[in-house]
Formats: sequence, structure tokens, C-alpha cells
Amino acid sequence: MPEVVLAVDGVRKSFGGVHAVDGVSVALERGEIRALIGPNGAGKSTFFDILTGQLRADAGAVVFRGERISGLPPHAIWRRGISRTFQITATFGTLTVLENVQVARLSATGRSLELLRSAGHQEVGRSAELLAQVGLLEQADRLAGVLAYGDLKKLELAIALANDPALLLLDEPTAGMAPAERGALMALTAAIARERDLTVLFTEHDMDVVFSTADRVMVLHQGRVIADGTPAAVRADRQVQAVYLGDDL
Amino acid sequence: MSRTWTVATVAGGLLLAAAGPGAAQAPIKIGEINSFSGIGAPFTGPYRQAVEMAVEEVNARGGVLGRKVEVIFRDDKGQPAEAVKHAQELVEAEKVALISGTFLSNVGLAVSDWARQNKVMFVASEPLTEAVTWAKGHEHVVRVRPNTYEQGRMLAEKAGRMKYTKWATIGPNYEYGKRAWETFRDRLKELKPEAQIVGEHWPTLGKLEAGPFVTAILNQNPDALYVSLFGSDWIAFVREAKKRGLFDKTFVVGILLGEPEYIDPLALEAPEGMLVTGYPWYDIQAPAHKDFVARFTKKTDKNPVLGALVGYVTYLSIFEALRKAGGTDTAKLVATFKNLKVETPTGPITFRAIDGQSTMGAWVGTTRLDPKRGVGIMVNHEYVPGEKVLPSDDEVKKMRGGS
Amino acid sequence: MSPSLLLIQGLSGLAHAMVLFLIASGLSLIFGVTRIVNFAHGSFYMLAAYLTYSFAAALPLGPASFYVAVVAAALATGLVGLVIEVGLLRRVYRAPELYQLLLTFALVLVIADVVRLGWGTENKTGPTAPGLAGSVRIAGQLFATYDLALIVLGPVVALVLWWLFYRTRWGVLIRAATQDREMVAVLGVDQARLFTSVFVLGSCLAGLGGALQVPRQALTNVMDTTIITEAFVVVVVGGMGSVPGAFLAAILIGVIDAFGVLLLPKASLVMIFVVMAVVLIARPWGLLGRPEAQARSAGGSVTAEARAIVPAPLVLALVAALVVVPPFLPRFHVLVLSEILIFALFAGSLHLLMGTGGMVSFGHAATFGLGAYGAALLLERARLPMLVAFALAPVVAAAGAALYGYFCVRLSSIYFAMLTLAFAQIAYAIVHQWYDVTGGDNGLLGVWPPRWLASPVRYYYLALVACAGGLALLAVIGRAPFGLTLRAARDHARRAEAVGIDVRRHQWAAFVVAGFFGGLAGAAFAFLKGSVFPNYLAVPMSVEPLVMVLLGGVQAFAGAAVGAAIYKVLDTVVTWYTDYWQLVIGLILVTLVVAFPRGVLGVLAERRRA
Repeated sequence: MPEVVLAVDGVRKSFGGVHAVDGVSVALERGEIRALIGPNGAGKSTFFDILTGQLRADAGAVVFRGERISGLPPHAIWRRGISRTFQITATFGTLTVLENVQVARLSATGRSLELLRSAGHQEVGRSAELLAQVGLLEQADRLAGVLAYGDLKKLELAIALANDPALLLLDEPTAGMAPAERGALMALTAAIARERDLTVLFTEHDMDVVFSTADRVMVLHQGRVIADGTPAAVRADRQVQAVYLGDDL
Repeated sequence: MSRTWTVATVAGGLLLAAAGPGAAQAPIKIGEINSFSGIGAPFTGPYRQAVEMAVEEVNARGGVLGRKVEVIFRDDKGQPAEAVKHAQELVEAEKVALISGTFLSNVGLAVSDWARQNKVMFVASEPLTEAVTWAKGHEHVVRVRPNTYEQGRMLAEKAGRMKYTKWATIGPNYEYGKRAWETFRDRLKELKPEAQIVGEHWPTLGKLEAGPFVTAILNQNPDALYVSLFGSDWIAFVREAKKRGLFDKTFVVGILLGEPEYIDPLALEAPEGMLVTGYPWYDIQAPAHKDFVARFTKKTDKNPVLGALVGYVTYLSIFEALRKAGGTDTAKLVATFKNLKVETPTGPITFRAIDGQSTMGAWVGTTRLDPKRGVGIMVNHEYVPGEKVLPSDDEVKKMRGGS
Repeated sequence: MSPSLLLIQGLSGLAHAMVLFLIASGLSLIFGVTRIVNFAHGSFYMLAAYLTYSFAAALPLGPASFYVAVVAAALATGLVGLVIEVGLLRRVYRAPELYQLLLTFALVLVIADVVRLGWGTENKTGPTAPGLAGSVRIAGQLFATYDLALIVLGPVVALVLWWLFYRTRWGVLIRAATQDREMVAVLGVDQARLFTSVFVLGSCLAGLGGALQVPRQALTNVMDTTIITEAFVVVVVGGMGSVPGAFLAAILIGVIDAFGVLLLPKASLVMIFVVMAVVLIARPWGLLGRPEAQARSAGGSVTAEARAIVPAPLVLALVAALVVVPPFLPRFHVLVLSEILIFALFAGSLHLLMGTGGMVSFGHAATFGLGAYGAALLLERARLPMLVAFALAPVVAAAGAALYGYFCVRLSSIYFAMLTLAFAQIAYAIVHQWYDVTGGDNGLLGVWPPRWLASPVRYYYLALVACAGGLALLAVIGRAPFGLTLRAARDHARRAEAVGIDVRRHQWAAFVVAGFFGGLAGAAFAFLKGSVFPNYLAVPMSVEPLVMVLLGGVQAFAGAAVGAAIYKVLDTVVTWYTDYWQLVIGLILVTLVVAFPRGVLGVLAERRRA
């Protein structure tokens, strides 16, 4: 039986009467790549924020590898092996590309409070390896703040991989990129995930990317899961079609 | 950096060359540190003018020991550390013979301690804290102005013989206010054991919001109120207290409040009938003083204030010490200041050998409005010389402890 | 307490509150829309008071003169605000936000001396308000009619402001801008004009507050500094940018102050800061404030790290010179050099917080003072040898920083800054009033090094070891994993949390480290001066390192040392030549800010890159 990496049970979150996430339950199996789709405002980012501890759920439980993690702060959740990227890219703008990954590596190895040894030569090899994996090694010495948008997305991916996570949450990993780049980045992500036996949950608006990458697709609408299944099944779902009316499903 | 200093030194030298009217010998330099900006600034302007007047006068008569006197002024900004820096610079770079000045007590103490450590003569002119000459006293410091203890006692001697028994006080929340009250209260209780204290109020210096304090005092219903507020706090307090009828119900004793620097800004709003220490320059008949007032008024177009008198007396004392010491040697100055007698516009004073406190006194009197000049004045005043209220040598030794 | 006493005391508190509200509402508005922390707001208040004094004396309108003077002074202050906003502030809107703060600090200096030149240093008693100068009987007690009038006027002004915000298009834009500045820019609104109008209105309100104080308070040269901290407290307690919040907070502070006099008379020095600390710990954005749309740290607008712009050979040469040259310098120069080193370390320790960590502290003097008092008390009370006291003092400061830093790191941006200020003021009050231990305002004297160390040159070498060593350690820490992590947390706190960084814990650690080195600087200063005083913990001592860091350039660690050297030399030299040192230094600072809008090193680095 495949191992359940993440089990979410009846998670709810509302903001001033608006139910952003309204009783979502889901189980992710080890090694699967699942897409979470839904129109804007469906509650995807809120759901991510709950999983990673940025928001606290009003109700429900999140269990990761057998441990209840709901209520833990983000840094504690990351330490347990859940890593994420943000919809609006979040990198450390005044740090170099390499340092961005180094910071995450130093954190992963528990050395971020070290005062007296230069950070310059620490975790360089491992960080460079991650950068090479996402194809950013040539830009290692540039400031993150001046990177092109697509490169920022790659950098975020490298940062997110720095703690060898068991679960990777990608919030619109290809948003704002050129179509050709999107496919390439997701293919890369998928390859890395398979190689490391990573579980991936990602949100995405580009349906080509979704259906070419995901093993399963889950659809969120007004805070509820309205469909969850193989890409083909979801594509055929009438309710999903209604929600996405006009979209190129 | 060092170039800046080179430029500074050269420029300073040029200024000196231009200013010095051909004294054969190098002038005697005196370093004057005072609060020309910040919290002490309202009271140091006339002081400085009087110092300048004293120096001009002595130089016009050929200087001291045949040398011109030059005063180098430095602004301590009301900060002790800044004053210490100036003291260092004045001694090290300007080679002054001695340091003089300071207004705020803690600035005076900082400079005094520095002078002790560095064996430099310090003539403290205005700081009021007793500690300068007693608890923290040493042989390199003398002080001109009558201190808090003396002035508090002068008032208590009178107030303790009046009918008032229920007392309250208001003063700024720092050492001056506290000591001004304690010395008064202790003497009062000796003279009038039945006196009781119904309230003590310590607003933050310079930030008095008077309303709530006036209410609180009215509520305690004292017969008499001892006030050590001064400057802007005093003005704000008077305005509120008048409107609320406090002065109609309560007799007020005010330390320093008869000094022109504190009563003049109130113009005709000054409360009448207060028992105060102060400086009734308009009434002092000694010819030397009349002459001093005339010269000061001519020079500045302003009335003298106590600060002006203290500044003038301070420099007369310094000139006298230099003359008697026959030079600027610090050890000789220290020795000379012991029992140094100085003729001042208001009579002779002596720097006591035991503690360096001068015997300059203060005037105690009652306030009244003078419609002609449009300000409050002191009437029925009496000059109380320092000797009458200063502690004995034995008491001073005790206060100085082992040090 | 009798009901009539309660009523009268409440009314007294309200009258004070209304003046506070006028000043604070202007300050809050200006911050809300333009994000300028306007230190000069208190200067506008002072200027208006003096203008009222002169206008009232000059106008030939009889009893009406005073009232016309009040309005004229408020408008004139608005005009001054206009000139300053258009002529100066506008030039630095694109610089990191903190540089506007530096500019307003320079203006404080300039305006202080303008007032000194214009009106002299003596205290002045202004006119009373004709028709309102007397008192009325309320519940058997007399109460000032003028204060009653203020209690009526305050809400009227509040209503007018409410109408402006909620019933005019301008108000809609202001409210939008307070919520999200970028959005207004996107809406195609002329941002420059919006900023100008807000600045002018804010200045007018400060002016009105100052003008209305004339019948109640004396006019002094230090009115500016006495009001500005209190105004900031009101603004922050109410919530930055919230005018209703300022109204509420002013009443809270005014009334608590009034009853504090009755109930806790000894706490008057510290009352409002305790209130602020409690409010901020309970409500991190003040009573009616809202979290900023994008929680930015006040230093977060730092765009690029100016790296390694001071070449290593230059640093080595400088250190060599600092070792070799002093014995050949005049003794006083050596003393000044010691002082510069000490302040370089002090500013460097602040840089760890505000540059590396993005946490702008308005209370860093607390660490300096704790170090200085720690050293003095260990020497004099614990009778420890001087070098031991010197070495332990920074630990005292670090412990203090750990204590209050725990609360501070829970807040961000200006709220963080004001909470640090609150704790520094509380520490100041304790030192100021605990006579038995600290000697109160008379300080502790005789804090001198032993004879063998006492000469300026010998002590200089101790200061050099301590300060240059401290700076070197700080530089190492800045490049260590900890420094890198702090920078990451500053750049993007959410991202940092999402890579396992406990941001608060690291910021707290930064607080302790900065406290340690701030304390080391304080201890070195104590032995240099031979005495310690409460003003080592006072606001100006917190502002000084802030100015130094900004002057040198917040992006570069070396900026702190450069800023300290520039500022201390200016401060030392200018006071030799003029009584109006504030004017001269202020104008030099204005020039420097306009010429180097990212600090001296920041701009030099950009030039080199370009």
C-alpha cells in the first residue's frame, strides 16, 4: 500500500464571513504529483498557507507523515519536510542567487545562528548543485533582486529543494513565464520529483501544464473540493466544466 | 581629520592675532563651559554678557598680572559628556589656566570630577547642587553661587516662624527639586515640629502640564506650598494656578522665584505675596552695585539678572585668584582660593577653605507687582549672607566622608 | 476621590488631550500617506507658538489679535511645510524611507536655531486668550475657561477632518493611500500633489496645536523636543495613519497622565511610555491601526547591498594608522579619536539591527546606557577591577536587550521602533529616579580607569582594542550564517519562515548581539568621560547612532563608522566656531542628504558601479 505523506481532514478557514477554505480533505501519496486547480479566489493560496503554517485553520487537521502539524509555525513545518514556493515570487532580493540557496541550506543544517564563521564557504557545493539542477549556476553571483522573472521562479524552486523535502508545494510555479519556458520548468520539476521520490502539490492556471504534469488533479471551487481524480476524469467532470466555462478545457 | 584641525588651528591663530591688541605677553586664557543651548539656554545669555563685560573691564585696566585675559566659550548643550569633552579640549588644545562655568548641576558635577582627576582648577559658577562642594567636593573645585541647601534654609528660617502648618510642595523631578525641598522641610520641622506635609508633586522637568497638578494640590488643601519649579514649568504653573484660585487660598514659598530670570517673563502675571529668594537689583543701594547695574544696562540694553551678577562675580573671583597666585599654576590657584576674599558689587565674599563654597548670599523677600516696570519685584527683602546658613567645618567633613 | 475631583481632573486631562490630538493627528496623517517619520513636526509646533506670540503683539486688532494670530500662525506653518515638502522632501522620496527621517532630523536642528536667532533663548510668556482668560465654576471648583474651549475645539477639528476624509474625493484618495500607497500611484493620481497637500495639512495641524498652547505654556527653545516624543507616542498608540486612533489615544494619554498625578505621582516620568508599551504588546498596530498591506520593515526598502566597497587594503591602512599615529598627535585629538571609535562601535551595533536586520530602533541608547551604568556600578558598587567591570558591562547590556527585545521583535516597522523607544525611556526613568543605586540625575562620578591606563593615549589603545575589535567582530557576524540569515529575514520574512528560519528568534538574537556591542561602546564611553548620567539613555543618544548609520549609508557596514566619524568631527569642530552649531550642522546634513540620498558610502558605491 502506498504511503500517505499528507492527510488533510476537514480544514476550514474563513475571513470575515467568507469561507475561503470550506472543509477540505485530501490525502497525498508518496511520489505523486498532484495539481490543485480552480478559478481565482477558489481558496488555493489560502489552502497552501494553512498547510505551511502561514495561516492557522479555523477547524480541521493536517497530518504529515503521521504527525499532526496544524498550528505549528512555518519554520517548524519546513523542518519536518514540507517546502513551498509562493505565487508572487519570494526570494531574498539583496542576496546573491547562491546566497539565497545557502541561507536555506544553512537553515536546513541548523547553522543559521552561527556567529563567527564566514558563511562564504559554507554549503557552497550543495547549493551550487541545486542551482545547477534548475539551470541557474551561471547566475550564481548575481543579486536575486535583478533576476528575470522566469529565473526567479527557478531560484524559488532551488530554495524550496534545499531541505530535501518530502512534500513540495508549488503555488503557480510558472505564472508569468513564456509558454515554452513553462513546459520546460514543469518538466524539470517533475523530473526532480521523480528522481527524489518527492510528493508534489501544485496550483496552476495553465491547463496544458496541469494535464501534462499531474498524476492527479483536484479542483477547488469556493473553498470546496468539487472534483478529485485522474486528469481525464476531471476533464470530463460536468461540474468542473461549468466552473471553468469558457476556459479551454 | 588632522587637516581639519590644522585649518582650525591656523584660523584660530589668525583670529587671535586680529583680536589681541598687542599685549606684550600671551593672554591668560580661561575656559568657560556653559549651557548656551538646550535646557539651560534661557538663563545663560546674560551670564555670558556679564562675563564679557568683566573681561573687557579688566583688560581695559591692563589685564591681570600685566597680561590680557581671554575667555574661550564652549557650549555644553546641557550634556555632561559634552562638557567633559570641552574641558579636555580647552586644557589640552587651548591651554587654558582654569575651567569655569556650568549651569546644570549634573554638568557641573561631571566637569568637577574631571577636574579632580586631571588636577585642573574648576570654578563652578551657577550649578546649585550641594554635592559640588560637599559630598563630591575636592580641592580643585570652588563654587560661587549660594547652593540649594543655603537657599532652602534661608526660606525655612522665615517660613518656620509663620503660622502655616499644612505644607505641600511641587518641584521638578530631579535632584535640584528634591534637595531644595528636603533642606527646606528639615529646617521647617526643626522650627515648627507641628508642621505636616500633605503632598509632594514631582512633574518631569520642562514638561509640566499644570492642570492636573493644580487640581491635586487644591484637593490636598495645604495652607502653604513650597515651589522649586522654575523657567517654563513655573510660567505654566502660574497661569493655571491663578485661574484656579490656588494663590488665593495658599501661601507660596518659592526658591529662586524672585530672581529676575524667573519673575520677569511673567510680567504682570507674577503672583504677589510669595516668600522667595532672589535678586532685587533695582533696590540694592551699594554704589558699586549701582555702578554694575549701570554698566551692564549700558552694554546690553537689558536689566541685570542673577545670572549676570554671578557671571560677573565669578570672573572677579578668578581675576583675584590669578593675581594673588601670581600666575596660572594650578597648585598655587588651589591654595589661593582657600579663604580668598573678593570684593564684589554686592559686598565682599570669601571662598571657604573647608569646602570652596563662596559666602555669596541671597536676598529673601516678598513679591509684589511693580506697575511702573510692569513686572514682579521683591519687597521687604533682606540680604542673607552665606555665612549665616552654611554648615560648620565639622559638618562639611562629615558630608565629605572618607574621601 | 470625590466626584468633583474626578470630574475636574478628567477635564484637565481632556484639555491636554485636545492639544495632543491636534499635533498627533497631523503627524499620523503625514506618516500614513507619505511614510515620512517627521521628526520636524515638533519644530513646526514650536515655530507656530513663537509666530503666534509675534503676530498677536504686532496685529492692531485689539482682543481679536490673538485669534487672528492663531489662525495666521497655523497657516504660516502650513506654508513652511509646503516649502519644505516641495523644496526638500520631494527630492528624497525615491531614496530609502529612512533618509527622509534623516532629513527631518536635520530640519529639527535648523528650525531650532532659526527660532533661537529670531526670538532669543529666554523663556517667553505669550498672550492669554481675550474673553477666555478667566475661569468658570464647575462642581464647586474653578476651571480654566480656555481649557474648556479647547475641549470643545478638539472634537470640532476631529469632525472637520472626518468630513474631509469621508466626504471629499481628496479624502478618499488619502484613505486609499494610507492603506496602499502603490495602489494610488496605479490609479493615476498625481502622487506628488497628494503628498504635498497632506504634508501642508499636517503642518497646519501642528501649527494650530502650537498656537493654541501659547495661553497655557511658556515659549521655550526646547518645546520641539518636549512635544515630539509625546506626539509619536499618541500616534503609535492610536495606530499610525489613523486620525480617530490619534483622537482616542490622545484622550487615553491625557487622562491617564492627569490621574497618574493623583494616583502614582512618582511614575509621571514614565507613565505614557508604560501605556504605550502595554498597548503595543497587546495590539501590535495600535488601538485603531491596521497591519500594513505588505508588512514591510522600516529598513526594508534597502535595495542593494553595497558590498566590499571599502577595499581591504584601505581598511588595513586605516587600522595601521590608528595604531601608529596617535602617540604623535596632541592629546586632545587622541581623546576625540577615542570618542569617534566608541561611536563607530555604537553605530556599528545599531547597524546590525537596522542595516542587516532591517529593524530600526529608536531606543538603542538603552544598550549604551546599560553598558555605561553596568561598568560604573560594577566598578563602584561591586568594587570590581576596572578591566573586569569593562568586560562584564556588555553582558549587562546584552541581558537588558534580551529582556526587552523579546517583546520588541514581535512588532514591525515604526511600531517596533516606538516600542524600543518605550523601553529605553523606561530604563531612563529607572536610572533617573533610583537615587540610591544610580545616583539619579547627578549620575555616578569617578568612573576613571586606573592610573596606569588613565593617560589619553593609553586609554585610547584600550578603546581601540575594544572598539575596533568589536567592529571587526560585528563585521564577521554580518558575514557569518547568522548575518546572512538576518539579511534574508529582512528581505523577505515570509520566505525566510518558509525555509525554516524562526525569524523572531533570529531578530531577538540580533537584539542581544547589538545590545552587547552597544553596551561595550557605553562602557568604553563611561571610562573615557569618568562619569555616567541618565542622558546616556535619553532620546538624543538614540538618535545619534541612527543619524550616523544613515549618514554613512545603511547598506554598508562600514557606513556606520564613516557616519560616526563625519558626525563626530562635525559636532566637535562646528561648536568651536559658532553658537549656532545646530543651524550649521543641520544645513550640512540637509546638503549631504540631498547630495547623497543613500548615505555617503551608498552613493559612492553606486557611482563606482555605474
